[in-house]
Amino acid sequence: MTDLTKLKLAEARDALRKGDVTSVELTEACLTAIEGADALGAFVHKTPEIALEQAKAADARIKAGDAPAMCGLPIGVKDLFCTKGVPSQAASSILEGFTPEYESTVTSQLFDAGAVMLGKLNMDEFAMGSSNENTCYGAAVNPWKRTGDDTKLTPGGSSGGSASAVAADLCLAATGTDTGGSIRQPAAFTGITGIKPTYGRCSRWGIVAYASSLDQAGPMTKDVRDAAIMLQAMCGHDPKDSTSADLPVPDFEAMLTGDIRGKTIGIPKEYRVEGMPEEISKLWDEGAKMLEDAGAKVVEISLPHTKYALPAYYVIAPAEASSNLARYDGVRYGHRAKLSQGEGINDMYEKTRAEGFGLEVQRRIMVGTYVLSAGFYDAYYNRARKVRTLIKKDFEDAFAAGVDAILAPATPSSAFGIGEMKTADPVQMYLQDVFTVTLNLAGLPGVAVPTGLDSKGLPLGLQLIGRPWEEGDLLNTAYALEQAAGFVAKPAKWW
Amino acid sequence: MSIDIQTAARVAKLARIRVEDEALPALAQEFSNILEFIEQLNEVDVEGVEPMVSVTPMRLKRRADGVTDGNMQDKILANAPDAREGFFAVPKVVE
Repeated sequence: MTDLTKLKLAEARDALRKGDVTSVELTEACLTAIEGADALGAFVHKTPEIALEQAKAADARIKAGDAPAMCGLPIGVKDLFCTKGVPSQAASSILEGFTPEYESTVTSQLFDAGAVMLGKLNMDEFAMGSSNENTCYGAAVNPWKRTGDDTKLTPGGSSGGSASAVAADLCLAATGTDTGGSIRQPAAFTGITGIKPTYGRCSRWGIVAYASSLDQAGPMTKDVRDAAIMLQAMCGHDPKDSTSADLPVPDFEAMLTGDIRGKTIGIPKEYRVEGMPEEISKLWDEGAKMLEDAGAKVVEISLPHTKYALPAYYVIAPAEASSNLARYDGVRYGHRAKLSQGEGINDMYEKTRAEGFGLEVQRRIMVGTYVLSAGFYDAYYNRARKVRTLIKKDFEDAFAAGVDAILAPATPSSAFGIGEMKTADPVQMYLQDVFTVTLNLAGLPGVAVPTGLDSKGLPLGLQLIGRPWEEGDLLNTAYALEQAAGFVAKPAKWW
Repeated sequence: MSIDIQTAARVAKLARIRVEDEALPALAQEFSNILEFIEQLNEVDVEGVEPMVSVTPMRLKRRADGVTDGNMQDKILANAPDAREGFFAVPKVVE
């Protein structure tokens, strides 16, 4: 078999079970690809010994006729997941040298299902960012380039390393996390598929916390079928996460029939924002047409509070972050600043946090501190939580009116150049999440599917938003869209 | 609402992040821009709306109030920047 790293999860799974290839062969092919791809900055902690050991164990399991869903499939893991004995530092200097004594629930479920870990993947520090430039490892790079232009582009963020690694065929799939769009925006920027499940589907235990009421893990894969396979292995009830849902997990892959006849797809008119590039608008219209041709009914809907999702997010997420990140104090793990003679414990906290956190993380912690401080709590934090109630109600009203899924763009643009937003106001970067953040606030599942290339030769994605807990139905609609769009483009190798 | 340098310094102090004096004006400006963006929320009529507590209506599960693990002092201290005699060590807190 040639080009083993180009295989999708489903293809590799079937080849492994047939005995056409071994997990060790697959794993070695990926490790070689990773060795040659340092220019992408995707893998930041490589774990070849663990990978080969897991691959050998997987081959033994397959031989013994015990081949669970992910058995022998080599994947990458976002640096936000705690992995036992392997550096897990959320791309932050403040967690330099931290090697967890425990395994996150999601990664241990994947390993129980036979997955092979190739290493840890780059990201924006503490998952705060949309370009993978806020990282202690140096920026991750998009394998895609504009036609005839050598500028290095961002893979998006925060799961930028995951997106870059999957798009460049360094691994078969990767884990991501999504607090405001961190799976879907990088998936769209790199021409891959990514799903954020319903809040509560995946356990958050062992995932470094950013904003606990919004954070969800999900798979980043080469197509919709792979997303179904990997999501199923990742989700399920976990007593260690009190917000994890005690609901049965359906067989997502079995639900991929591609038949969406009779489904109602909503097109939210408020998403047609001012200044939306013509190409995005056209892509969206074409996507709606594809679903209609597949037998769905397309209707215009209204989500009147859409405009307020980003401002509400930039109150709620920093507020939760300021509380979650208070634990990084230089006492129990990670970095501690060197103190001068006479400096006390407050100097230790302040210097440790100034040295350890990057600027965007510091900014969000301080904004969160401000909106929670005495006298502003009602004006900012409580108001944002009320607006969040209204945003969720918008979706509930649409679903109650018979809408099965909502179609929208995934991003307001294709991938931009590394450094291009450096001089921009932080708020400009926040606008990247304008189409994705609403459903984190509403707790809903959303999937980004690549559907076309823009005039610069870069991938563009559409997003489908589903009813709570109906990831199976949502993935089936995404599957129909994928079939109709027929996106097969790959980046030309330059790294 | 615009944030002055004193407020920026107070927030940095509350957040336990050391910010040098010369960095405060730029920080105050960034805060002001972010707050201006956030203040769009004032346009929304939130009269009678309940603030969201949980995005998914669910009853949090309770567990039995029993000891389920322990005896892992070495594991807990393994990542500490400074651990001595089975404790986390910090600079002197009380005189």
